[in-house]
Amino acid sequence: MTSFTPLASFIGGLLIGLSAVLLLLVEGRIAGISGIAARLLPPWGKGVAERFAFIAGLVGAPFLVAAITGAPVVQTVSDDPPLMAAAGLLVGFGAVWGSGCTSGHGVCGLARLSPRSMVATAVFMTAGFLTVFVTHHVIGG
Amino acid sequence: MAIPVNLALGLLFGVGLVVSGMSDPAKVLNFLDLAGTFDPSLAFVMGGAVLVAFVGFRLVLARDTPLRAPRFELPTRRDIDARLIVGPALFGIGWGLGGFCPGPAFTALGLGAPGTLVFVPAMLAGMWSARLLAERKG
Repeated sequence: MTSFTPLASFIGGLLIGLSAVLLLLVEGRIAGISGIAARLLPPWGKGVAERFAFIAGLVGAPFLVAAITGAPVVQTVSDDPPLMAAAGLLVGFGAVWGSGCTSGHGVCGLARLSPRSMVATAVFMTAGFLTVFVTHHVIGG
Repeated sequence: MAIPVNLALGLLFGVGLVVSGMSDPAKVLNFLDLAGTFDPSLAFVMGGAVLVAFVGFRLVLARDTPLRAPRFELPTRRDIDARLIVGPALFGIGWGLGGFCPGPAFTALGLGAPGTLVFVPAMLAGMWSARLLAERKG
């Protein structure tokens, strides 16, 4: 069980939205993490250094938060390697195959009222709910 | 300036993910567990982010050009094809199994949990294969 954190979650969401708005202002692009990450790998195109810098910022973020708050960032990650390998492959393949993930479709696309993003977001939310229902309540927990 | 600006925007995005709790797979999996230990926090993440983006995008797009590029590059497609169903369906299954989507997985990388160190390379391999397959199919 994790505790309900509406205020922290809302503030975090505001920061995510602000970053997406500023990226559009500076680079003229949508802040889709899967789109940025997929172009870290060859063949490399224009702007690859900027994309590496953005991802480096993501990687550095928990250390900045820990330095400011003085408390380490807490998270619980599954230590089942085959499960995490399968999850990673599905997330990576699916995000690029469907032209976006939680950020590109779920935040930027919904904010642009894109019909494609509304469909994609509805599909991945439903798939996520069903997957957790099956793994936690059907197979066992 | 492009590199430090993009680094700062990645940091801002990542701080948002960490502060919101979205970087913790346990919180994501509880959000997705409607029938069990449901934690609705992540709806507030999406609400806050979409709210800012909804207003901010309109302000930014009132400009003729972005600051560092000749023109805005926005997705223009409106068709709903099979890839738009299959991709998000696979993505959602993986999200429900591991509790990570791409942004949070990167914020978790430096914390070095064994599961993260398996997830991120697998995710990059999945992204790369989808990109190469999509480019081959045209």
